[in-house]
Amino acid sequence: MRENDIYSELSSIRSLMERSTKFISLSGLSGIMAGIYALIGAFIGYKLVYTGNSVLVYRDFYVNNPVVWWPLFLIAAGVLVLSLATGAWLTIRQARKKGENFWNPVSRRLLLSLAVPLITGGLFILILIFRGYYGIISSACLVFYGLALVYGSQFTFTDVRWLGFCEIFLGLLAAFIPGYGIVFWVIGFGLLHILYGSIMHFKYKQ
Amino acid sequence: MKVSLEQFDKAFENRIRLQIMSVLVANENYDFNSLKELLNVTDGNLASHLKALEKEEYITVNKSFVGRKPNTQYAASNKGREAFKKHLEALENLIKQQKQ
Repeated sequence: MRENDIYSELSSIRSLMERSTKFISLSGLSGIMAGIYALIGAFIGYKLVYTGNSVLVYRDFYVNNPVVWWPLFLIAAGVLVLSLATGAWLTIRQARKKGENFWNPVSRRLLLSLAVPLITGGLFILILIFRGYYGIISSACLVFYGLALVYGSQFTFTDVRWLGFCEIFLGLLAAFIPGYGIVFWVIGFGLLHILYGSIMHFKYKQ
Repeated sequence: MKVSLEQFDKAFENRIRLQIMSVLVANENYDFNSLKELLNVTDGNLASHLKALEKEEYITVNKSFVGRKPNTQYAASNKGREAFKKHLEALENLIKQQKQ
């Protein structure tokens, strides 16, 4: 056995171990798109709540008012659905380009590990809404999303973990300053996603 | 050089077998079809190599059904993990020897 053979053997082992445990067809572009959707959603929401008033103040009667409240909920849900759909579409496309099947044991593990904190968070937020604790909804969104990312990052790029830590940090910060939910929402779901997506896009040359 | 070659595991002489083992060592278990896709090999080829590894007791097989489809899960046994580790060490030693 020649030295080059050994090196190629070792590198093939290494690559297989990595490919069989990490799903690396996540698209950076989908992060950028999710960020843009979040910014658009936040802008529409802002216009809705603060019509003709450009100062960010926490106004209890606004969020308690169903006329404002329902559209806000629908916007947030719309942003979520659109982001997930774009993410899924771009990821499947990316996997196809690499000649991989997007539905494999690793992607299943990744989805499962994301689903547990996300569904728990979703239910928790619904309970918060139901109980009328509007002030920390934005915080809860960010914290649970961050936890999902940190947890899921073991099955994909490790960079995802840092995005997760940033979201958790922002979420905790948001809990300290209720009423500025939209600011943290814009930073966490908008700007961070765009930043992260761009880094991933260029780092992995997708 | 001869000495280190003797440490090599005969079961891992074939590249596909070594690749199968790398996947199984890195994962709790893996199913036949996913393994086939990952390694880019044919059904028959993969099956024969899996059989060989099973014969060495390097892997364990768990057959079940998902709906009507057969679902065969493979996992590395302790013996297999040990052998894989030894084989990697032998490869490492060979590199070290050649550098001297």
